[in-house]
Amino acid sequence: MAYSNELKNHQNELHHFRLRLTVLGFLVLIAFSILAFRFYFLQINRYDYYQTLAENNRISIVPIAPNRGLITDRNGVILAHNFFVYTLEITPSKIADLESTIAELAQLVEINSVDLKRFKKLKAQSHSFESVPIRTHLNEVEAAKFAVNRYRFPGVEIKSRLFRHYPHGKMGAHMVGYIGRINDKDLIKLAENDVLSNYKGSDHIGKSGIEQSYEAELHGTTGFQQVEIDADGKAVRVLSSTAPVSGNNLVLSADIKLQEIAETAFGDRRGALVAIKPGTGEVLAFVSMPTFDPNLFVDGIDVENWKLLNESLDKPLINRPLRGIYPPGSTFKPFTALAGLEAGKRQPPFSISDAGYFMLPNSSHRYRDWKPGGHGNVDMRRAITISCDTFFYGLAIELGIEKLTDFVRHFGFGQKSGIDIAGEVGGLLPTPEWKQRRFKQPWYKGETVIVGIGQGYTLATPMQLAQATAILANKGVAMRPHLVSGITNSKTGISKVSTTFVNNTISLKDKNLEIVNLGMIDVTLPGGTAASVGANAGYSIAAKTGTAQVIGIKQNEKYNERLVNERHRDHALFIAYAPAENPEIALAVIVENGGHGGSAAGPIARKVMDYYLLGKLPAVDLPKDAKATPLAADNANANPNQPIENAPEEEHYD
Amino acid sequence: MLNKLAQRFFKHIDSFLISCLLFTLLVGLFVLYSASGQSFGRVSAQVINISVALSTMWIVANIQPQLLERIAVPIYVLGVLLLIGVALFGDISHGARRWLNLGFTKIQPSEIMRIALPMMLAWFFSKREASPRIRDFIIAALLLAVPVAFIMKQPDLGTGLLVTASGFYILFLAGLSWKFLLGGAVAIGALTPVFWSMLHDYQRRRIEILIDPTQDPLGAGYHTIQATIALGSGGVTGKGWLNGTQSQLDFLPERTTDFIFAVFGEEFGLIGNIILLILFSLIIVRGLVIAGQAQTTFSRLLAGSITLTFFTYGFVNIGMVSGILPVVGVPLPLISYGGTSMVSLFIGFGILMSIQTHKKLVASG
Repeated sequence: MAYSNELKNHQNELHHFRLRLTVLGFLVLIAFSILAFRFYFLQINRYDYYQTLAENNRISIVPIAPNRGLITDRNGVILAHNFFVYTLEITPSKIADLESTIAELAQLVEINSVDLKRFKKLKAQSHSFESVPIRTHLNEVEAAKFAVNRYRFPGVEIKSRLFRHYPHGKMGAHMVGYIGRINDKDLIKLAENDVLSNYKGSDHIGKSGIEQSYEAELHGTTGFQQVEIDADGKAVRVLSSTAPVSGNNLVLSADIKLQEIAETAFGDRRGALVAIKPGTGEVLAFVSMPTFDPNLFVDGIDVENWKLLNESLDKPLINRPLRGIYPPGSTFKPFTALAGLEAGKRQPPFSISDAGYFMLPNSSHRYRDWKPGGHGNVDMRRAITISCDTFFYGLAIELGIEKLTDFVRHFGFGQKSGIDIAGEVGGLLPTPEWKQRRFKQPWYKGETVIVGIGQGYTLATPMQLAQATAILANKGVAMRPHLVSGITNSKTGISKVSTTFVNNTISLKDKNLEIVNLGMIDVTLPGGTAASVGANAGYSIAAKTGTAQVIGIKQNEKYNERLVNERHRDHALFIAYAPAENPEIALAVIVENGGHGGSAAGPIARKVMDYYLLGKLPAVDLPKDAKATPLAADNANANPNQPIENAPEEEHYD
Repeated sequence: MLNKLAQRFFKHIDSFLISCLLFTLLVGLFVLYSASGQSFGRVSAQVINISVALSTMWIVANIQPQLLERIAVPIYVLGVLLLIGVALFGDISHGARRWLNLGFTKIQPSEIMRIALPMMLAWFFSKREASPRIRDFIIAALLLAVPVAFIMKQPDLGTGLLVTASGFYILFLAGLSWKFLLGGAVAIGALTPVFWSMLHDYQRRRIEILIDPTQDPLGAGYHTIQATIALGSGGVTGKGWLNGTQSQLDFLPERTTDFIFAVFGEEFGLIGNIILLILFSLIIVRGLVIAGQAQTTFSRLLAGSITLTFFTYGFVNIGMVSGILPVVGVPLPLISYGGTSMVSLFIGFGILMSIQTHKKLVASG
């Protein structure tokens, strides 16, 4: 009975299973019928339509590249824009004898060796069916000459391409950056971000600076046309078209005029300057000297210029404000001072009697002051003013390395500032853990001593120094530094202003800030280390000078006595904010191998502050007979075709 | 002597099924030669893929279904663990995390699931009583949902949907009640907006572009537009082998893999397409017959699922190329270029043959 029941169940189950299998079989039949019907529709019903598309005229989707957004400075002066130029382009796959074609072309329009080299380089990088420019920037006569002879050159055509141009050339090149041709690495990145199809019509992409970090804003949306093309690939008829959407325009917080004054003040010296508006974090000037012409990179830099830039001892391609790391030297002292005061140490009327050196207990090693014989009686305010090493040696040891570094880290030392362009390095704030990790060695007390005056392992970028100064000027409120202050939507015309963003806030006692502030004001008054910088300013400047021993940027192997000697000189550093009571500008200046901070870097800072606060142009460097366009005459880098707009009248002379 | 040896060697190979498969594979090689721009390199690489796949099939066909039943659970557990491994440590390429680097080799655990999941579910229902209760179906649905969730998360929409289909076929064949099915259909309808919100942007975009390919003619829509032109211009008889203008002139993207059917349809026309559908139908019918004749619950459910999953692959791919289904990135079985998918496909056919040829032994034993 049980057995037959089981058998019955089994039979039952099998029956159900087969029934359902049949149902699914029908499903297969229906699905395949749908496919067959679709084939009938495509291959019989609509055959003529598709036949026409595929055989006689083929559909081609032609992308239309969008206009890249403009970049202007805070006053609306254009820093990057686009214009159309005629280019003569060759499609290698359509040409049998490339050499002779180029030779024939050269008889019509001038093709020089730079053009040839670029052509070869670009040809190697692209597919044979893509057209590659052999000559760019054709003038109208040349374009007409070729047009008349076009029939002789199948596979060669004139195209009008959009070119990016940086009218100010070298000025602010590290800030604005440049675009370059899209390479394989860029393509992989675009694919990862799922935006590859938006770059179908684009040849260029931001490679550095603002151009790179705001690529998504600047690029815009690619439009396209569906066109019918004939057997030769020529467009016959536009079927449909969608217009591209231009990229958004960027307004920088920087003032190109201020930038120019700063760059001019550097002359041919190497170094960096970053100026920040402390209350907002807006970067007002971003100088890396020497600089380079970004226009060279737009369509692929040629070998000679690349060698010149890349192998130069002066390293013009390095973004010094972000990537140059220097020991902060004595510019570090105001921060050590604040660390001490906030910890309740060295409060007035505390003072030391400086004999010119400091010794650790149970040690005979003397840590010397920069001034042999010492400064005599020194309190905190005076220690800052005269940059007394001995005073800070003792303070650092009393604070201990942990307490000191924990405090100054709030000012951004040892970490990236978060500025809105890429490539920033974090500098170095040494700690015992770091040393153990890095060198497998314990921390020595003597190392704490020299950290107190910004020497030893401590390294900071000019960006970090400027940011630390801005935080100090803003009484402990750290704003995120940024170069772009506004973005204007090209379609709607609506501008959105980048909100100023508070990174963090350090609570500092007013009386302690006041001591440091007064000490730094005294620096630019008679008796301070940068008295000449403050002379006849008409506003009060809080500042600190510094010198740093040379390390960092690698030197070329070639031996050149004069150059090497110069390159062994100390770096000159200078930080300042002004007006001291209510700071509008905070800045850091570094002049590589400049010697003393007060005399080499200070005057540059003064010129920048004079212009920013008073609208005053640098007077000392002016030739007497060039009053009309004083800056252009003075600036070796300025393009003579680009006179400086709105040059203020010379005034405010005290 | 030699005859006997051959007989022994082919004892567990189903002659009807293998004939259909070999013929379709041969057609595939011809299409691949044309689609790859007449590249012998591509074709010989595919011949190697096929050889590996056929050898694997032969091995699997010689395994008794009882052994498959015993290893179903361990393989499933291993598959899920590997999927977790992918989610935690997988290599990312092109925005998806699909591969697991084992140090000596890279594997794609979602491919393992294509076989492991139906095996697991078939095992599960074979252990239940004659008519499983609702509770069993809920457990089975969970066994299905876990790996699918991991695969969808990678994200791999195509494989995820097909693994889901393979599990669903088992549930259906095991006797999931019609009421439940109807309720499920309604629930899916209601949950579609939720599902929509869970999709990645690019997956949503693909579905939107399916509805209107002209939305993105430079990107995803380009595939569909060009594939439709290729198929349509093939006409009744096709343009002839190696003569497809769309295929030969670089208009068709991914034409050796996911879009190879467009090349086939352009060069062999409506007649070719119908012949291919008939070949696929023969394979499916044979698989369904094997399932219908199978003697244990495990083998019949597994055979049914494998066969219908094969159908689903074919249907989804052809539907996608001819523009009636979304572009989900599924290769055309037996035709598209590729090693991994070929091997897992033939493991399935090996199981079918094993079920068919070990039957008499069970009956007599």
